Amino acid sequence: MKIAKHTYDAVIVGAGGAGLRAALQLSESGLKTAVLTKVFPTRSHTVAAQGGVAASLGNSTEDNWHWHMYDTVKGSDWLGDQDAIEFMCRKANEVVVELEHYGMPFDRLDNGKIYQRPFGGHSQNYGQSPVSRSCAAADRTGHAMLHALYQRNVRAKTQFFVEWMALDLIRDADGDVVGVTAMEMETGEVSIFHAKAVIFATGGAGRIYYSSTNAFINTGDGVGMAARAGVPLEDMEFWQFHPTGVAGAGVLITEGVRGEGGILRNAAGERFMERYAPNLKDLASRDVVSRSMVTEINEGRGCGPDKDHVLLDITHLSPETIMKRLPGIREISIQFAGIDPIKAPIPVVPTCHYQMGGIPTNYKGQVVAPKGDNSNTPVTGFYAAGECACASVHGANRLGTNSLLDLLVFGKSAGETVVEDIQSGNLRLKPLPENAADFSLARMARLENQKDGTNVHEVRLAMQRTMQKHAGVFRFSELLQQGVTAILEVAEQAKTTEIKDKSMVWNTARMEALELDNLIEVAKATMISAEARKESRGAHVRDDAPDTPEFPNGRRDDEWLKHTLWFSEGNRLDYKPVNLQPMSESVDPIALATRTY
Amino acid sequence: MSKRTVQFKIYRYDPDRDEKPYMQDISVDLEPSDKKLLDALVRLKVKDDSTSFRRSCREGVCGSDAMNINGKNGLACLTDVDSLPQPIVLRPLPGLPVIRDLIVDMTQFFKQYNSIKPYLVNDNPPPERERLQSPEEREELNGLYECILCACCSTSCPSFWWNPDKFVGPAGLLAAYRFIADTRDEATNERLDNLEDPYRLFRCHTIMNCVDVCPKSLNPTRAIGKIKDMMVRRAV
Repeated sequence: MKIAKHTYDAVIVGAGGAGLRAALQLSESGLKTAVLTKVFPTRSHTVAAQGGVAASLGNSTEDNWHWHMYDTVKGSDWLGDQDAIEFMCRKANEVVVELEHYGMPFDRLDNGKIYQRPFGGHSQNYGQSPVSRSCAAADRTGHAMLHALYQRNVRAKTQFFVEWMALDLIRDADGDVVGVTAMEMETGEVSIFHAKAVIFATGGAGRIYYSSTNAFINTGDGVGMAARAGVPLEDMEFWQFHPTGVAGAGVLITEGVRGEGGILRNAAGERFMERYAPNLKDLASRDVVSRSMVTEINEGRGCGPDKDHVLLDITHLSPETIMKRLPGIREISIQFAGIDPIKAPIPVVPTCHYQMGGIPTNYKGQVVAPKGDNSNTPVTGFYAAGECACASVHGANRLGTNSLLDLLVFGKSAGETVVEDIQSGNLRLKPLPENAADFSLARMARLENQKDGTNVHEVRLAMQRTMQKHAGVFRFSELLQQGVTAILEVAEQAKTTEIKDKSMVWNTARMEALELDNLIEVAKATMISAEARKESRGAHVRDDAPDTPEFPNGRRDDEWLKHTLWFSEGNRLDYKPVNLQPMSESVDPIALATRTY
Repeated sequence: MSKRTVQFKIYRYDPDRDEKPYMQDISVDLEPSDKKLLDALVRLKVKDDSTSFRRSCREGVCGSDAMNINGKNGLACLTDVDSLPQPIVLRPLPGLPVIRDLIVDMTQFFKQYNSIKPYLVNDNPPPERERLQSPEEREELNGLYECILCACCSTSCPSFWWNPDKFVGPAGLLAAYRFIADTRDEATNERLDNLEDPYRLFRCHTIMNCVDVCPKSLNPTRAIGKIKDMMVRRAV
């Protein structure tokens, strides 16, 4: 079979915030760059981010990046790498101001500066009081950001391959990455993209769960491709459940609602967060708020006929504030909950939202994997940024507004590193292996010829229900063990998926089957890593690691202050140390402490 | 609870298989949680996996699932399925080439969008910090920047149907005014020059279909009116 081959200096997979930010770096440097994206860039899931992007601009309240760094390390429950966290927090002002210069329509303060609002877990003076750090464009920050980045790429004449779905990573005999295979949706044809560097910016895989704020497209394509190609996945047991998904619909209601003064209430109307987080209350970290909500529901204080949700109340805010600062939330609430939040509170429930783990990288955006004694050896030619990557800045729990910051900082950083590596001659175009596309073609042929196979929808549903039941907000030793068996069974079923539609033209059935292969890798990684981590930390809280005087919050720094690495082959687990050392010698490490809000 | 069944009449065309397009009559049973038209379409796709449409965010912000619903353009994810008279007639967005089923080729739409230079132009060296803009100046962008490029407006516009290669269309013109209205942008004159043409701007005959269909309640006609006003003021 003859396969078309495209040759570029660099190929970026994904055109959300991270991919577009990286693309700017490459396009403006004059490198020949292709951006592959399975949806038109402005349809990427960055568009759905609402509340803001963190930067210690200090426009309304005093702030500095040291405080931001402290909040992020604490938010990560000390699982974040402090060099990468320092890098991100120090770079925040630069990348946000850059974005403003690109034309991003931030809201403004009376003095003309960027408007900033409070957000969960962000504080002044090392946890003392809330700080206004979230730079916002109403409650449409992700939309405004993604469009501004796309527009800047139009200016930079970036070359996009729109509605091309990447299939597999191509590695040569040395293990170096030399390209990807991809399918053009309109023709169904597979091509090879041969390049000196490949950047993955493919986003998360929130669709492994049944109830998710994520878009249909969030199927962990890059994460799955990396896993199939032998790259380990880091800290996949850590998933963020956002406290406020619309009950029943899963659609996101930004934490910015609580930043603007919104309050969570139980069936008795009580502001219950005061009991769980006396200091930051409703603006405690997301894992803490989600667990508090589930505890309220489990103890019978939930709302509604089935007592299965709590209420997010902004009826005390002025209609003007709601219309000005939260107009999108009002639309969503009316559309998906049938409730105008000016008049009545919104029913909400914790909903899967964000993948803290991913493809292991360093702060330069290089993908790293164990080799010999070094657990962080760069994989030549391979880079990643954004939700698909794990730098690791979010550790065991991400703070709101740090995801948009992550994709700006590390999208740019990965782009800069690629430019440097190519221009310095460190990266050259290595020959393609003979069998470069064989693996992808075999996957396609298997799907094409499958008889008496399983149904894509049913397997996906089985996976989502398994993840929801066995690896949710609270985790139980026994359920996790059963979950491993269950998800491996589902993974077996996924090997024989069958589609009825065999058309070459825009075949969405084929696309969903290929996406399922990626989701399954992520689901296995999550369940197996979660079962193995015998402690509670951040978003991973289990019944057999309770809060005790010896181990507050059930965190076991003596044994588990380390990153998980899961390898797809044989479902093997390995571990590597957390970097507790900041990037600069002049910066003091944030010392281990018990996490309270 | 009684079973909810919806009847569809869907435009089907797969160039790989069909000689010509046809309307398919098909029904599907809904689950209680299926509220929006998109939920029903996803349910339908379980029954017939060849039904093809774009979708992503399912909350009205990505602009993927625009289609012609009972004769009017809209987003499937923001349309209550129970509100629609049956059979629900679904067609691809009018005026653009059909790739397959409800999936249209949007090349021409994006070409027009790109033609207005949809990015901030300001050649002064940027300050170290943000460029300043008052809240009032920023408010001028409200109702403009929220566009999701779903193409509901342009593909409901007769002027765009006749001259998709020459008339910028409501979405592109809304974007043009978004930059004209931005105090940080310094290319107003060039932007007006770029539109001073019998077709690019002036093919808008204020039919206002765009306003009627916009799922984000934006008003391209008003933005176009403001551009026209600026042209006139510039001329006198």
